[in-house]
Amino acid sequence: MNAPVDMRVTRRLVLATGGAVAVSFALFPKSFAQDASGTAGKPPGDLAKFPMLDSWIAIDAHGAINVFTGKAELGQGIKTALIQCAAEELDVDPASIALITADTERTPNEKYTAGSHSMQDSGTAILNAAAQVRAILIEIAAKRLNVPPEQLHTKGGSVVANDGRKIAYKDLVGGQELHRTAQPKSPLKDPKDYRVIGKPLARVDIPGKLTGKPSYVQDLRFDRMLHARVVRPPSYGAKLAAVDIAAAERLPGVVKVVRDGSFLAVATQSEFQAITAMNALADTAKWTETAQLPKQTDIYAFLKKLPSQDTTILDRGNPNEAGVRAVRATYHRPYQIHGSIGPSCAIAKYEAKKLTVWTHSQGVYPLRDSLAAMMKMPAEQVHCIHVEGSGCYGHNAADDAAGDAALIARAVPGRPVRVQWMREQEHGWEPFGPAMVSDAYGAVDASGKIVAWQYDVWSNTHSMRPGGPGNLLAAQYLARPFAPDAPKPIPQPEGGGDRNAIPLYSVPNIRVVSHFIPQVPLRVSALRSLGAYHNVFAVESLMDELAAAANTDPIQFRLRHIDDPRARDVIIKAAQEFGWKPNERLARGHGRGFAFARYKNLAAYCAIALELTVEHETGDIRLRRVVAAVDSGQVVNPDGIRNQIEGAIVQSASWTILEHVTFNTREITSRDWSSYPILRFSNLPASVEVHVIDRPGQPFLGTGEAGQGPMAAAIANGVAHATGVRIRALPLSPANLKAAIGI
Amino acid sequence: MVWRILVGVVVLIAGAFGAFYAWAWRGEIPSLGNHDASSFDPSIVAKGAQLAAIASCDVCHTKPGGKVYAGGYPVKTPFGIIYGPNITPDRETGIGSWSAAAFLRAMREGVTRNGQHLYPAFPYDHFTYATDSDINAIYAFLMTREPVRQANRAPDIAFPLNFRLFAAAWKLLYLHRGPYRNEADEADSWARGAYLTESLGHCGACHTPRNRFGAEEKNRAFDGGRAEGWRAPALNENSRARAPWTADAMFNYLRFGYDSVHGRAAGPMADVVRNLAKASEKDVRAIATYVTSLSGARASAATTASIEATVAAGRTLTAPPYGISRAHQTTGSAGHDSLGAKIFTGACVTCHHNGGGLPISRPIDLALSTPVNEDDPTNLLHIVLSGIHPQSGQAGPIMPGFEGALTDAQIVALVDYLRARFTRKPQWHDVAGALVKIRQERRTAAMEAPR
Amino acid sequence: MTILTVNGKEHNVGGDPNTPLLYVLRNDLRLNGAKFGCGLGQCGACTVLVDHQPVYSCLLPVSVLEGRQITTLEGLGKNGKPGPLQQAFIEEQAAQCGYCIPGMIMRAQGLLDHNPSPSEADIRAYMQPNLCRCGTHMRILRAIRRAAKELRTVRAEPVR
Ligand code: FES
Ligand code: FES
Repeated sequence: MNAPVDMRVTRRLVLATGGAVAVSFALFPKSFAQDASGTAGKPPGDLAKFPMLDSWIAIDAHGAINVFTGKAELGQGIKTALIQCAAEELDVDPASIALITADTERTPNEKYTAGSHSMQDSGTAILNAAAQVRAILIEIAAKRLNVPPEQLHTKGGSVVANDGRKIAYKDLVGGQELHRTAQPKSPLKDPKDYRVIGKPLARVDIPGKLTGKPSYVQDLRFDRMLHARVVRPPSYGAKLAAVDIAAAERLPGVVKVVRDGSFLAVATQSEFQAITAMNALADTAKWTETAQLPKQTDIYAFLKKLPSQDTTILDRGNPNEAGVRAVRATYHRPYQIHGSIGPSCAIAKYEAKKLTVWTHSQGVYPLRDSLAAMMKMPAEQVHCIHVEGSGCYGHNAADDAAGDAALIARAVPGRPVRVQWMREQEHGWEPFGPAMVSDAYGAVDASGKIVAWQYDVWSNTHSMRPGGPGNLLAAQYLARPFAPDAPKPIPQPEGGGDRNAIPLYSVPNIRVVSHFIPQVPLRVSALRSLGAYHNVFAVESLMDELAAAANTDPIQFRLRHIDDPRARDVIIKAAQEFGWKPNERLARGHGRGFAFARYKNLAAYCAIALELTVEHETGDIRLRRVVAAVDSGQVVNPDGIRNQIEGAIVQSASWTILEHVTFNTREITSRDWSSYPILRFSNLPASVEVHVIDRPGQPFLGTGEAGQGPMAAAIANGVAHATGVRIRALPLSPANLKAAIGI
Repeated sequence: MVWRILVGVVVLIAGAFGAFYAWAWRGEIPSLGNHDASSFDPSIVAKGAQLAAIASCDVCHTKPGGKVYAGGYPVKTPFGIIYGPNITPDRETGIGSWSAAAFLRAMREGVTRNGQHLYPAFPYDHFTYATDSDINAIYAFLMTREPVRQANRAPDIAFPLNFRLFAAAWKLLYLHRGPYRNEADEADSWARGAYLTESLGHCGACHTPRNRFGAEEKNRAFDGGRAEGWRAPALNENSRARAPWTADAMFNYLRFGYDSVHGRAAGPMADVVRNLAKASEKDVRAIATYVTSLSGARASAATTASIEATVAAGRTLTAPPYGISRAHQTTGSAGHDSLGAKIFTGACVTCHHNGGGLPISRPIDLALSTPVNEDDPTNLLHIVLSGIHPQSGQAGPIMPGFEGALTDAQIVALVDYLRARFTRKPQWHDVAGALVKIRQERRTAAMEAPR
Repeated sequence: MTILTVNGKEHNVGGDPNTPLLYVLRNDLRLNGAKFGCGLGQCGACTVLVDHQPVYSCLLPVSVLEGRQITTLEGLGKNGKPGPLQQAFIEEQAAQCGYCIPGMIMRAQGLLDHNPSPSEADIRAYMQPNLCRCGTHMRILRAIRRAAKELRTVRAEPVR
């Protein structure tokens, strides 16, 4: 985005880049798509994949400005930030922009809204497209008014000449003017002239949500809409042996009981009838259970024993260097859930061989392909429209609900079918964030510098998102079932299980090995920040342990090993705002912790300093003050960034102190909020401050997942400081803590 | 002549009073020099931790939201409110200056280090039976806690009972000093259980009815008492548990707070099981063995078969109320068209639904629930009003309270329905009256709630 | 047929009288404020006020609500303008996905109705039953404090 190289796009290049759409974007190192400079004359962001300007921006004869994004609002405030980008470069009032989000018939295929990519991919694309559209408008106006373009500027939706004459945008575009290929270089504004970007514009979606306007897929109602519920098996892979369908069909309101193999669902006139019928079916359903889950008590040993594909993702010097002091440690992270407050929901309508699905999926295009394959329909006949759901934090059951809805809708053609998952279904069947293990070794020399570092991390896949049909839960239970796709690792530099496994610190001798475990004992997929949550917890815990070995203050120790000036700034900012005093001793039971990471080593920088107390008698952790500093590059909406980081801090506190999925060898036993408790108001920090460092003109850096890892490590480091006991297995629950600190 | 008698009487009274005073008088035990926590043998401290758990010390010595053992918990007695004192080793406000001897005397005789008589809300009538070594272990445990400076709050006891001598008089009548006679040999689980139950466990403090002086009626031991407005169920042959207790079931209940046939510990008992989770497993088994034996014939008769039969019987009562399997068509307050039935279907069935394989943390069949089978609706009303809530962040069933949601009439209808539908026992009379009483208690409790 | 009084207006609702209020509000009366979160009384997403008491609408059959005053999120505003708590939540931008917020607002309303000047501890204790997964809690607390403050100043203003 900054100082792009000027280069003419050749037709071939456009085709080539257009062709890139087919390639999974996970293969693109995002830093590259993010920053045009030095890349072979491609426009930046996803504008490279979709170079036609009018696939991003359309101005109609009434002056309505439609901006299109393939990304979706997930509660992260992306709509508002994208509108800010467009409004800034178009010189229009943000309120005059209509943003159209992920829709397989209207918006570019930007695949998934995930990995904190939205601003990098779509934000960059829209910013540049808007700048180029503005240039085109000026160019047209120049001809009309026949004055040289440099004597024109744009203001409030019009092109204005120095002599005061002006033409509204709508009068400049009648036809195909914007159907042009984007140039690699955009006439971007100088950030110091920004009027909209960098300002805390109020979120456009909030008022409606707070006053009861239909805002979620759960709120959509269509005429003649039926309500449906699915009867899930008691455990993974259970087969439906028998069920009294006739009895259920006699219940009031039942329109259709759908059974296909072990997929069992009911559609009714009213919602409570659906729930009643679901329970009735469950009462008479007989299942043959086959699940053989590992013992929860030795899950980590079990995972480590499974065959793994090992990749050395970094290898430099001799990582066995002994140094003068060394630390060896193993870190654990349990299975954890997304736990959306609103269970997954979808609405589907099957009519005239066409399927329309309203979904809160993170990827409407991949979902469309999965649905088409499962339903054996041509993809063009499947239309997926994103409508917001409850926050998802990754790949939850959204796509599965869409699959359920499609199957039921086909059984009642012409009628919209709303499928709402129940709480116990969401808890039991969503794909979890995978349990992980890592072995770490670090050594420091006499000068207190790290001389050696070894890190081995074991993990299942972190992405079982739609692609093949078998990634939809229902498809695995049909009479002719589909198998899930073979799990694949997400390659570096982004990584999946090994995301952030490579420390950002300078270490002469280092080896980092990623052990990818294809076999999946529990259903897993992408949970916010993927492996970074675990790896940052481990790496930043180890950093504190090494700092102690070098008896150096943890922050000084980090600064000693990091040169990246922006990383240093974030670390120093957090430390200053917190009022960190080197080597400070605190009263018994009081601790302070610090941690830092740059998400994916390519996205936002985040450092967290906190203060906590541990009650010795109970092992209860009380979070006192939490102070974070973040650098997301050019700030589009500072309050949006604060909101994301505050949320990450509180959510990660919940994961880190309380959460783990429980299971026996047959079934998942954490099925609701009583068996899987999460943080409530009483466990909140006393205060949370987020300090945003603005980097005008720098590329946008994804922020949505930057805080989770650092918060986990900061808590663990604070607990070690408060109790003198280092705990390396999550969660840091009162029970685990009490067990560790003793009587 | 008359005056002689008068003088005689006066002298006698004075003498008696003097004698009583002499008997009641306790000197101060010199304060302990600065103690050093590390001087205690860790194995003794560990033993003390487990015994302190059996005695549930933290319950009465921790105020809601306060530091553990720092005191301030309001213990309600018929005579007024007594606030559990600070028992952390803080020298000014806690027991930091107490010698082992002073602590032993407090546990045995209910007297503070400086000789003040303690009210029997402190169950020294049980603790007195504990052995010296056990009491010393608890002492070692407490003296190695984190000292917390938190001043004690004076009891709110009305004149004249606020005179401590009344406590002394009470002891004259009801305190039979220990230690426990036939010291239990560790090997014999029953004997060990008897010792722990009667001494540190002080189970009778709640489960035995009390006379008008607030003393346990020894001739009605474990016949059921009261605790914080709840009913502490009878543990003897008068137990109303639908299925007989077995030692294993009792162990599950005490150790994990839950048994699949008897359900979940709630109300004041929830704190006890939270503590027993920390005690030695062997000791909890011992207590379970002894307590189970209290229900005599019923327990010994209990066989797996007989229990399964009870459970099965329960199931037929609790068949799901959907069109499909209306096995039982009852009428009246248990009828499917009664108000109670409507509330049950709309508000309770989602969780209290016994059919089907929907795996979700489900409560036991209401037919097996003791509150529904009890002689009065107190505990059931408590649960309906306030629900069940685990400690924040801990796993455990969550049941919302219906206090604000349902009107009194609706709560009464629901409770009548539960009784009629899930038991074959006679209806409770005056559920409404009981409800009014509980609401009253809750209102005052809310007002006294420490700010 | 059940007669419900919702936000001051009477509604005749047909269907099964055992239906929990939540589904009637959402589907029959088309009020989106109350949300389905668990149907188990564990999360508070469905919170509405019944006679000024916050209750879980997912666990209350409509048949028991005749003659009682039901207030939903939609009933807090006046002539198209958001109510004081809603306004405070908007000003604090107290939402991420926002799904839990209607329940939070209704519960907070229940608090302020009974205690116009709650302490920080009062607020945290009172809000305990409601869950938020996005971690918006700190902003929710800010919004409640702001609303309480504004309501107090409004009350304080002399009536003329
Ligand atoms: S939906 Fe009612 S409490 Fe969760
Ligand atoms: S804002 Fe998303 S759950 Fe609370």
